[in-house]
Amino acid sequence: MEVTSPVRKPLVTGGKTVHDVTVDVCRRVEEKPTVTWFLAVAASLGLLTIGLYSVFRTVWDGIGMWGLNKTVGWAWDITNFVWWVGIGHAGTLISAILLLFRQRWRMSINRAAEAMTIFAVICAALFPVLHMGRPWLGAYWALPLPNTFGSLWVNFNSPLLWDVFAISTYFTVSLVFWYIGLIPDFATIRDRAQGIISRTVYGALSFGWNGSARTWERYEAVALILAGLATPLVLSVHTIVSFDFATSVIPGWHTTIFPPYFVAGAIFSGFAMVLTLMLITRKVYKLEDYITINHIEMMNIIIIVTGSIVGVAYITELFMAWYSGVEYEQYAFLNRATGPYWWAYWTMMTCNVVSPQLFWIKKIRTSIVATFILSIVVNIGMWFERFVIIVTSLHRDYLPSSWAMFQPTIYDLGDYLFSIGLFFTLFFLFAKFFPVINMAEVKSIIKATGEKEPTMRESQTTTQSVEEMTPTTSKN
Amino acid sequence: MTAGNKFLVGVFDDDDVLLNAVTKVRESGIRIHECYTPFPVHGLGDALGYKRSKLPIAAFLFGVLGTSLALLMQFYMMGIDWPMIIGGKNYTSIPTFFPVTFELTVLLSALGMVGTFMIISDLRPYGKAKIFDLRATDDKYIMAIDLAKNRIDTAEIKQTLVAAGAVEVNEKHN
Repeated sequence: MEVTSPVRKPLVTGGKTVHDVTVDVCRRVEEKPTVTWFLAVAASLGLLTIGLYSVFRTVWDGIGMWGLNKTVGWAWDITNFVWWVGIGHAGTLISAILLLFRQRWRMSINRAAEAMTIFAVICAALFPVLHMGRPWLGAYWALPLPNTFGSLWVNFNSPLLWDVFAISTYFTVSLVFWYIGLIPDFATIRDRAQGIISRTVYGALSFGWNGSARTWERYEAVALILAGLATPLVLSVHTIVSFDFATSVIPGWHTTIFPPYFVAGAIFSGFAMVLTLMLITRKVYKLEDYITINHIEMMNIIIIVTGSIVGVAYITELFMAWYSGVEYEQYAFLNRATGPYWWAYWTMMTCNVVSPQLFWIKKIRTSIVATFILSIVVNIGMWFERFVIIVTSLHRDYLPSSWAMFQPTIYDLGDYLFSIGLFFTLFFLFAKFFPVINMAEVKSIIKATGEKEPTMRESQTTTQSVEEMTPTTSKN
Repeated sequence: MTAGNKFLVGVFDDDDVLLNAVTKVRESGIRIHECYTPFPVHGLGDALGYKRSKLPIAAFLFGVLGTSLALLMQFYMMGIDWPMIIGGKNYTSIPTFFPVTFELTVLLSALGMVGTFMIISDLRPYGKAKIFDLRATDDKYIMAIDLAKNRIDTAEIKQTLVAAGAVEVNEKHN
């Protein structure tokens, strides 16, 4: 007989049974979409459509539509790229790294977080592809394919090419990992389906899964190894993204601190985005018993940790600029903080270094409203971090005659809005048609960490003490 | 699974009860066809006498293949087929080839292992599921016994299943 430990708070509240998990998650897929959902999809589709015009002009007329100039050759596009890739990292961290650490609280959030990863990587990939100018030739420029110039290959010494391999591998492996996890849940929906359309569609998606012990045994081996592969992969991806800058000789970029600093920043912004999305999802879908205050607090703690790492990295950069004795390096940082882009620098500092420290206060990190606001603040801060790194380092060239400012055009903005519209459209479609919570995993922890379990209900008294500790009233 | 075989399907409503039942049923000499559960029940494979999956080995071998192909590709393209001087550096060097090698190792290892898993587990788009009880993906734990492979009397198997904690015992052709 399982005994629930009274030391740990239950991960699933509300006395849910295994069957309740099925019903609570499948109901969202089975019922007719709500008006709120239609409004949400309409809003994101609207954003996507407005942005589509600007993407069209960017492709049709070329990247001259952007505000780039001779000095600032990289600006919003690469900022957006790094921002989106970074956001994606939290999903893999939750599903892979927390799986290796056996953190069971990940189980009710990993599905949505992984979906977020995949959609964020799609949005990220959009920007380098657009920046190619002629995206239809992109495959020839980016992949080692025989081409019209004879056997002139891509340059394997270039970090930009490493990025191509890193991002596409990351996307593929995340997608596979996500889909493998979805198969058992699609089978649950299939076996409950009433209509012929849903039975056919979910039948096709569930790949003939029947939950046999032998398949589960293999499934667990596959999940563990995929987690083991995804862990170094996710660390490598943002490391390689940071190489795009670190291997160049631009003051402010040429630094060895970049890989760990970028990875921490990526997880930091990713968790903020997970919180933004999960707080909306749990509210709209009434999943408060699965995504509890406890989960939110855990994620906020990770935000404090990674936010502090980012803060230390900023200060280290300043110190190293001074300590290196390199004039150009010193100027680059002085210019960031006091030059024409001082406002971007201090926005970054406030949002990323100061605001997450508010989570030290328990009242703030267990407050849904405060968490929601701060999660958006963090993502604004992280967008500015990339903007500061990219634009302020470039706009003061070595020759003062080449100094320039970057003015974004409406097409820079439009392309960014397009990616946001695309991200939310994909996420809302996912939230409606896919199970937003990994049912199989949550079911496996119901008995050990839920509040009650049907067979224990009548006799057990040990569960009573646990029930009193429901985190919905967690003021201990 | 040969079509038309007659199965006895024991339905359990608790994973621990199923786990104990598997041991009991096997001890009484009954051969279990397979168990179906809504989530991975730890120890069920051992109780059924399954060997540990060899998929980790597949993952490793595909990973080695990825490493080798990546290194071969880069050394061939940059060193043999069209050597170029880029920034006065060597034509070929392991450190700069490392990122792509790592990524392709992970990619091939993951795809190869998952592909192997899908094939050996007969999972494919539009694959037809062999289902004994639809509730096996919801909240019931199913034990299927192939009557053709057991010499023991059906009534006796039924009794053993009920004694082991089955809440329902059904007969099914599959």
